[in-house]
Amino acid sequence: MANIPMTYYLVLSTILFFAGIYGFITRRNLLAMLISVELILNATDINFAVFNRFLFPEHMEGLFFALFSIAISAAETAIAIAIIINIYRNLKHIEAQKLNELNDLK
Amino acid sequence: MDFSQFLALHEEISLVAALVLLLVYDLFAPEKGRRHIPLVACLLLLAHTVFCACDFAASTGCPAAAGSRTAFAGMYDASQAALLFKNILNIGVLLVCLQACPFLRREDNGIKAGEFYFLLFSTLLGMYLMLSAGHFLLFFIGMETASIPMASLVAFDKHKTQSAEAGAKFILSSAFASGLSFFGLSLIYGGTGSLYFADIQSGLTATPLLLGGMVLLCSGLFFKISLVPYHLWAADVYEGAPTPVTTYLSVISKGAGVFALCLILTRAFPLFIEAWQTALYVLILLSITVGNLFALRQKNMKRFLAFSSISQAGYIVLGVFAASPAGLTALMYYIFVYILSNVAAFGVVQLVEQHAGRTDMAAYNGLYKTNPKLSVILMFALFSLAGIPPFAGFFSKFFIFAATAESGAYVLLLIALLNTVISLYYYLLVVKAMFILPPAEPADVPAFKSEAAPKFVLVVCTAGILLAGLVSCLYALIDRTVLLG
Repeated sequence: MANIPMTYYLVLSTILFFAGIYGFITRRNLLAMLISVELILNATDINFAVFNRFLFPEHMEGLFFALFSIAISAAETAIAIAIIINIYRNLKHIEAQKLNELNDLK
Repeated sequence: MDFSQFLALHEEISLVAALVLLLVYDLFAPEKGRRHIPLVACLLLLAHTVFCACDFAASTGCPAAAGSRTAFAGMYDASQAALLFKNILNIGVLLVCLQACPFLRREDNGIKAGEFYFLLFSTLLGMYLMLSAGHFLLFFIGMETASIPMASLVAFDKHKTQSAEAGAKFILSSAFASGLSFFGLSLIYGGTGSLYFADIQSGLTATPLLLGGMVLLCSGLFFKISLVPYHLWAADVYEGAPTPVTTYLSVISKGAGVFALCLILTRAFPLFIEAWQTALYVLILLSITVGNLFALRQKNMKRFLAFSSISQAGYIVLGVFAASPAGLTALMYYIFVYILSNVAAFGVVQLVEQHAGRTDMAAYNGLYKTNPKLSVILMFALFSLAGIPPFAGFFSKFFIFAATAESGAYVLLLIALLNTVISLYYYLLVVKAMFILPPAEPADVPAFKSEAAPKFVLVVCTAGILLAGLVSCLYALIDRTVLLG
């Protein structure tokens, strides 16, 4: 593990982060948008674990934050999926572009 | 581990007790008793509010106990100002709970009343933790506890597509915002090696890594406060959510968000004051102006109040921008007055929606002819939001402008002042519709008598709007508390 320099992990997490942002903006399916948000959160967890392991191995703060962040994002996903299922029941689709009942132009 | 440390968390314990009691009642109450859930919830919250107020009075009364209360090695660190702010939030939540009673008496919602209050109290618990955190882990747990149940509240009207749509928009943008915050925080952790506010403050160096981290971290909070350009979710969510939830979002969540922003900027990032003041300068300018300009063209009352609250958020953040005790005092006072005025405005909107089924502005034409009392209350609330003396809104605006002037940002102050004139125009449009325009034939909104609970809320809010500015002990109390630390 020590053979892999820290930079490699950070590059990976940065790519994940920006892939998440890109996906969130371009995807038009609610589930795909949710997955993009998960990518961002995973990038964060990698960052915390890596910084903790390489730079500050004497404390466990980063790893604990990563653990809590996983739990929080699981809760968030559960609620989001419940809401998306509710939308599917009401409208029979989960396309973000067709969710336009609320808008400025009425 | 020493579990007695939990005893330092007075407000949180009291709220959790109220939550558990409510849950038990919801589970075991007989069929007849279930109708009284709103009443039980309001009584529990009232008891909690009184307990917190007594606790606060006791802690300011004896100098030994004053100052901040800490637990868990500084992870929980509640300043005296945060304690007072929790009391302000309690009053606001109590008003919203009472206001929600008719909404929960509706036939399809009767079975869900317990859950509504349970979710509402959970978000309040999250805000408490967020306000009294001394460590970013607790801060974020609090922030998520405040926003995840909020999403289910926004989507509470299960069979209305608008509500579901608003819920999806809220949860996705709030998850995205917290993702940004978390990533920013991970960069700060990489730079300073700690997540305690105090350690971050001492470990800060002006590197691009840390600055970028701070910007990302704050963007998440700007989303919650809905400052421009992070406001795009606000109008849709406010319109689609059930009206009591909209009220809660626009006053309580926003207020707690601004206070939390102030907390982390002053406690963790005082070294970057120039950077974040510049950022806030731009955001305030945009929020006030864009919020106002968009409010001008709205035809729906809930959207209208959403944009008005975006521009109000700009005014509130002026208190953070001032970065002084006077700024914090003005901020807390502004939020208190804003809670009263906005709850009154939304209270009227909710009653009209309940009895006439409409939220568009055309329904308000000639409201004075059919419901004179409601029209007068809405007028008072809007005047208070616009900042016309002698209503409380004038004094809160005055104090926040005074604090801004002290920090020397005169250009920003001038633009904010000009914007109050614009805001007066669109608030007056509503007043004109109610008092001058003729009602449709037959009247869109029939004359109606409202139930006791929302009536009580409106009376309390109106009294507050009229008195909160003139009774100076309120401002003096906040001022004293802030100076205690």
